[in-house]
Amino acid sequence: MAYKIVASQCSACGACEFECPNAAIRMKGDSFIVEAAKCTECDGDSPRCIGVCPVENTIVKA
Amino acid sequence: MSAIKTAPAKNAVPSGGCSASACGSAAAPEDMSPEVWAKVKDHPCYSEEAHHYFARMHVAVAPACNIQCNYCNRKYDCANESRPGVVSERLTPEQGARKVLAVAASVPQLSVLGIAGPGDALYDWKKTKATFDAVVKDLPDIKLCISTNGLALPDHVDEIVAMNIDHVTITINMIDPEIGAKIYPWIFFQHKRYEGVEAARILHERQMLGLDMLVARGVLVKVNSVLIPGINDEHLIEVNREVKKRGAFLHNVMPLISDAAHGTHFGLTGQRGPTPEELKKVQDACEGGAKLMRHCRQCRADAVGMLGEDRGQEFTLDKLPETIAIDQSKRDAWRAQIEAKRELAAFARMAVKPAPAAKPGHVLTVAVASKGDGVINQHFGHAKEFLIYRADGAGVKFLGARKIGDQYCQGGLGEDSSLAGIIALLGDVDVLLCAKIGGCPKGELKAAGIEPSDAYAHEFIEPSIAALYAKRAADAPADA
Repeated sequence: MAYKIVASQCSACGACEFECPNAAIRMKGDSFIVEAAKCTECDGDSPRCIGVCPVENTIVKA
Repeated sequence: MSAIKTAPAKNAVPSGGCSASACGSAAAPEDMSPEVWAKVKDHPCYSEEAHHYFARMHVAVAPACNIQCNYCNRKYDCANESRPGVVSERLTPEQGARKVLAVAASVPQLSVLGIAGPGDALYDWKKTKATFDAVVKDLPDIKLCISTNGLALPDHVDEIVAMNIDHVTITINMIDPEIGAKIYPWIFFQHKRYEGVEAARILHERQMLGLDMLVARGVLVKVNSVLIPGINDEHLIEVNREVKKRGAFLHNVMPLISDAAHGTHFGLTGQRGPTPEELKKVQDACEGGAKLMRHCRQCRADAVGMLGEDRGQEFTLDKLPETIAIDQSKRDAWRAQIEAKRELAAFARMAVKPAPAAKPGHVLTVAVASKGDGVINQHFGHAKEFLIYRADGAGVKFLGARKIGDQYCQGGLGEDSSLAGIIALLGDVDVLLCAKIGGCPKGELKAAGIEPSDAYAHEFIEPSIAALYAKRAADAPADA
């Protein structure tokens, strides 16, 4: 029950970080990561991180 | 940003970018209130006259965006490329503020700090605000400026006013959501992604609301529109009317920059940008509506310097000193010098006599090589761009700047920078004025029907063109 960010795709804009309702996303090195333990996949709503991400297929099921 | 020590500023030699002094003067122009003039007179993007005396810089501290535009791909970067949305180095607010101080210490012309992304300055508001807060402590005389797509604008209007941000640019490409759906595949609003016409409608409503709110609070609004042939070309005339009606100060119609190598949707699907003629046609059709900006250089989200130049590579993070000295007296002295120069230029313009009206149909198109101060002061071989003017019986008018060798990321192999490219660039030009020109290009230009001349070297641009026009009109056969 979590998403992950494909680092090679990530543009590191950080939009997902402040849209995440669970504060599960943070900067690590040059890219962002999802802390799997905090990610709820937005509890059945459409995931906000995917909605705001400017690069398709960058945030995917872990 | 507090460790400010006195240190000799290097690179203090002022360097000009471009010059065009068609509008404005040391006093407020007739069509502008003194309050508005006070706001724009030192802003190179808002005043054509100011744009060759003052420099601007953008700091790329706001990477996050809340909409997707078909002309934008934010994964893309190339240091050789100059177009909006492109940056080489992203900065934290602290780094951004340090960069601003470093530039201010060595570029005394710096009058404006803008945040234009590379995402959206208002969506990524915390970083934008933190950067501005850090800068104004040490540079109280700098003007703050924001560029936005408008979606988040209504949420921040009060903060914008509270922070003395006098200038806001909204990119408005449409007022019809059906057209918007062809430009914006999606927006992200109130934690949700919207697509298609619904997305464009929300964006449109938020843009108009934000524009109205800013105008009501006396903030100057510039509207940028990207001209996309076949999608919004004719429509931009309606956009111009609408934003004028709502109180926008200036409208900047810019050409779409499109190339498959940029990886944008438009680039990949073969949507082309407009030809110079198509751009001019729409700009001319907008005359009489919201005042048009014609001196835009479509700069990067991390551009530094005068509008015609980008000194960003001199101020990359690794080159920034730890402590930066701002010598306020030096900035003040520079301002005083500029005011003196502007007055001289204004006097020179006032002395221009209207050309004899005997030849009403006579039109002269002139290209100028200038490195600043409104003067014909650049060697032909050093020119990176030419300023294009048109003279007729009504006077001398600035049409815009044309960059030489607008090659996008060809590893420096710009074939367009050859003389043949310049000749093509200046195809409609009658006379080229510069400070000096070598014998070889002179011959080739002449052969192509462009007359090069250094007869007005180091003279003011508009008075020279007016004199040249008067001379030509007088020399022309009576039935010409």
